[in-house]
Amino acid sequence: MKLTEYLKYLLIGTAFGFVLMKSEVVSWFRIQEMFRFDAFHMYGIIGLAVVVGIISVQIIKRKNLKDAQGNAISIPPKDSSQVKRYLIGGSMFGLGWALLGACPGPMFALLGSGLTIMIVPILAAIAGTYTYGLLLDKLPH
Amino acid sequence: MFDILYQPWPWYVAGPIIGLTVPLLLLVGGKMFGVSSNLRHVCAACNFGNVEFFNYDWKTAGKWNFTFLAGSVFGGFLGGFVFANPEPIALAQSTISDLQAMGIQDFNGLVPDDLFSWGAMGTVPGLIVLILGGFLVGFGARYAGGCTSGHAISGLSNLQLASLIAVIGFFIGGLLMTWLIYPIILS
Repeated sequence: MKLTEYLKYLLIGTAFGFVLMKSEVVSWFRIQEMFRFDAFHMYGIIGLAVVVGIISVQIIKRKNLKDAQGNAISIPPKDSSQVKRYLIGGSMFGLGWALLGACPGPMFALLGSGLTIMIVPILAAIAGTYTYGLLLDKLPH
Repeated sequence: MFDILYQPWPWYVAGPIIGLTVPLLLLVGGKMFGVSSNLRHVCAACNFGNVEFFNYDWKTAGKWNFTFLAGSVFGGFLGGFVFANPEPIALAQSTISDLQAMGIQDFNGLVPDDLFSWGAMGTVPGLIVLILGGFLVGFGARYAGGCTSGHAISGLSNLQLASLIAVIGFFIGGLLMTWLIYPIILS
């Protein structure tokens, strides 16, 4: 990977972290509010993000656009036959999302904002990921 | 004119910018937007015990994403420290009343000091939120094959049924926690 590529990823990540902060998506309060259906804020953000995502992915596919290196862009489909993993795994993620009030992106953005305690849930999330790797043969997928 | 850097941004500004992350990463290097993969790459980089799930070349798979993640941390520093909004969040009054009834006292920042501070590590609710919450996010994201970015944004953007099922799961878990379990944890 060339240095200019690193810079591009760094820049996109910076914009992402900045918007997460400014839109308060990183806020535990906003997540509690969302799961109480007390405000439209989070639904508006996720909804519009998906609309913009759908339109741009359709444009990329229909125009057969290539990436900056000239390679064809292929998006591997997810295996939708594994319903159990998405429902059970998704529900476990949802329990954690509401409890911690942060998903992986916001955990790191909050750490950057100076909230050093976020190191604890980040390490716990790595431990959770590792535990899944250990147990995956025993889990229904 | 620097006011907009300090003020909170409305949903109709933030949503489209977050959505643009998907095509930008595809156009730069054909990468699929997903933050939780980084947690797996960390496990692959260490891989104590030689777990098969983490036996892959994490450098090839993860360098771009670690760079993106470093950017997100820096973006958090800019948006939440350098240009931090000095005002409390304009939350719905019903949420504030609910949380106050559950014992939350600090509404000044992005997260309540009651749960998100080193001092909270000495309390049972603090430990549950920070450690069990983080663990479930990491475990659940990998079990489901993605988190909010990988499924709710990337997957739905690509019209994946799998991601729709995962997002339904996110809400089953989230609603159970919010309405049934959280009141017990904080009581």
